[in-house]
Amino acid sequence: MAGAPKDEWQERYGSSRQRDVPFATMSGIPLEPVYGPADAEHPGVFPYTRGPYASMYRSKLWTMRMFAGFGTAEDTNERFKEIIRAGGDGLSTAFDMPTLLGLDSDDPMSLGEVGRCGVAIDSLADMRDLFSGIDLGSITTSMTINSPAAPVLAMFVAQAEETGVPRRAIGGTLQNDILKEYQAQKEFVFPPRQSMRLVRDVIAFTAAEMPRWHSVSISGYHIREAGSTAAEELAFTLANGFAYVELARQAGLDVDAFAPRLSFFFNAHIDFFEEIAKYRAARRIWARWMRDRYGAHDERSMQMRFHAQTAGVSLTAQQPEVNIVRTAVEALAAVLGGTQSLHTNSMDEALALPTEKAARIALRTQQVIAHETNVAHVADPFGGSWFMEELTDEMERRAGEIFDAIDAMGGGSMLEGCIKGIEENWFQGRIADSAYELERAFNAGERVVVGANRFLEGNEEGFGDILRITQEQEERQRARLDSVRRDRDDAKVAEARDRLAFEAADPEANLMPALIDASHAYVTLGEMMSTLGGVFGRHTEVPSI
Amino acid sequence: MPTRVLVAKVGLDGHDRGIKIVARTLRDAGMEVIYTGLFQTPDTVASAAIDEDVDVVGLSMLSGAHMTLAPLVVKALRDRGSEIPVVVGGIIPDQDADELRSAGVAAVLGPGATADAVVSTVESVVR
Repeated sequence: MAGAPKDEWQERYGSSRQRDVPFATMSGIPLEPVYGPADAEHPGVFPYTRGPYASMYRSKLWTMRMFAGFGTAEDTNERFKEIIRAGGDGLSTAFDMPTLLGLDSDDPMSLGEVGRCGVAIDSLADMRDLFSGIDLGSITTSMTINSPAAPVLAMFVAQAEETGVPRRAIGGTLQNDILKEYQAQKEFVFPPRQSMRLVRDVIAFTAAEMPRWHSVSISGYHIREAGSTAAEELAFTLANGFAYVELARQAGLDVDAFAPRLSFFFNAHIDFFEEIAKYRAARRIWARWMRDRYGAHDERSMQMRFHAQTAGVSLTAQQPEVNIVRTAVEALAAVLGGTQSLHTNSMDEALALPTEKAARIALRTQQVIAHETNVAHVADPFGGSWFMEELTDEMERRAGEIFDAIDAMGGGSMLEGCIKGIEENWFQGRIADSAYELERAFNAGERVVVGANRFLEGNEEGFGDILRITQEQEERQRARLDSVRRDRDDAKVAEARDRLAFEAADPEANLMPALIDASHAYVTLGEMMSTLGGVFGRHTEVPSI
Repeated sequence: MPTRVLVAKVGLDGHDRGIKIVARTLRDAGMEVIYTGLFQTPDTVASAAIDEDVDVVGLSMLSGAHMTLAPLVVKALRDRGSEIPVVVGGIIPDQDADELRSAGVAAVLGPGATADAVVSTVESVVR
């Protein structure tokens, strides 16, 4: 059977490196790396339903990438170091609301929001403190930032350059997924088309100069958290991915020059099998579209790799300890679904940002799954299950219907379809409808949430300490920003902002070099965004319920 | 006359799942609901509440800015001579809920508040 998927898999598996652990059950039964007949789908073989790599976790466990950020850069730097000490091997930065919207900490709109639900980053000085003492060569970092993704990446690059790390050597991930901001997360600043120009600039710049950087992390997580179904999360996310592919191709880039650096980010919700089917369908759809519709030749353009995070919305404020169990089940689904990295939420996150202890337990949950359960020994263990294969096909079919609708809205362009769907509140309306349906089922008792609508005994008990962010941290950040403004060279700031405005007005220009130079000159994030806003204008959403 | 409610997002918090569900829940309970949209300030909320002649203002706050912004909305209303009650819902720790009530917030709905609790709370502060 030459050319059977298993032969292809065998060849790839044979050339892979394996971790030095016994691949056997607890009782000593040896385990194969994957199971299934020779003509069945195999991991590492097109269309990658069963995993992007032939050896999956036998070569490398998923990255335990913990999302953190609060207060000032110094506060978050301490939490990062604690995560690394506890055995986390990836970092992911949560920014505060002003930073997510490209506002400085001393902007009047930032009042009360500084450092509250993420770290405040105003300038290169904060970026430097954020990663101080952390070896960015040995740990990869992800930055959850979208509207100001380009300026924040510029600050990151400037910070690395200051410490002597060249652009080519910088590894990491920028979320930079603006489409889902309009659809779900709602931290938008500029109108969609102007924002997409910044996405394009990042893709083109990193493709040319930063080969180790992931330019966009196409995110379903927020779509699901905002209330979509699993199939909508799958379809909207991949549709957005196709839109970025079309955007970059329109800019003249070859698909294989940038697609290998696109990555994905999915939710790991509480419906165990549906989530696993979602991941399997996602990989298969991506592979087929990339090869057949977008003409990719490089396999890496077709191999979907993704990060997963357990579902924040599944957590309850009642009996928060029970959230540890929910998170464990969700994390297990992500692992059995073949995620490349994972963040586990903490038990106290329906109440506040997590305490250090709660965050450590969340990381320990991953470590139990990774090192005690043996589930990482066999790739795609549900592959071949009649139920799982059927559910995977059904997710693909439902996603296909949604792609057809978006493609039709865009007149044959997924890029135009996504933008039109945003402008017409199509995505937003569908997400709100699905969210309301879930709520209706919850209120009717059809959907049980332990501690929330059933099994309420124990709800009256108090929970221990939660993390408090104080107004003092906001004051401290404002004072830091004051000193940055005092110490910098105003002439250089003005020059950098003039250049940025000039280049922003030229739609052909790539803004990354001007943004990096502005970062070195300590132009603040708010100043860069306001300069760009002067050219791009602002987006407002028509309110609808 | 049905109860008129203004539901509002103040500050920079874009999380709008909760407010949309609350808006639909109140509407299904027979109330007239007006949604401000995102990124409002205490002043724009107070002006809208008075212009729309609502009976109650509901704020949805999930970004941790409630201790700063919710009292400012109450103040902006009172500065305009309005006694419209303000209800705050979202990720509000119990300890903060007490302080918010002291600052003039009529009621606080924490995470996990049921649809029935939302409707009955709004009804109770309007009476």
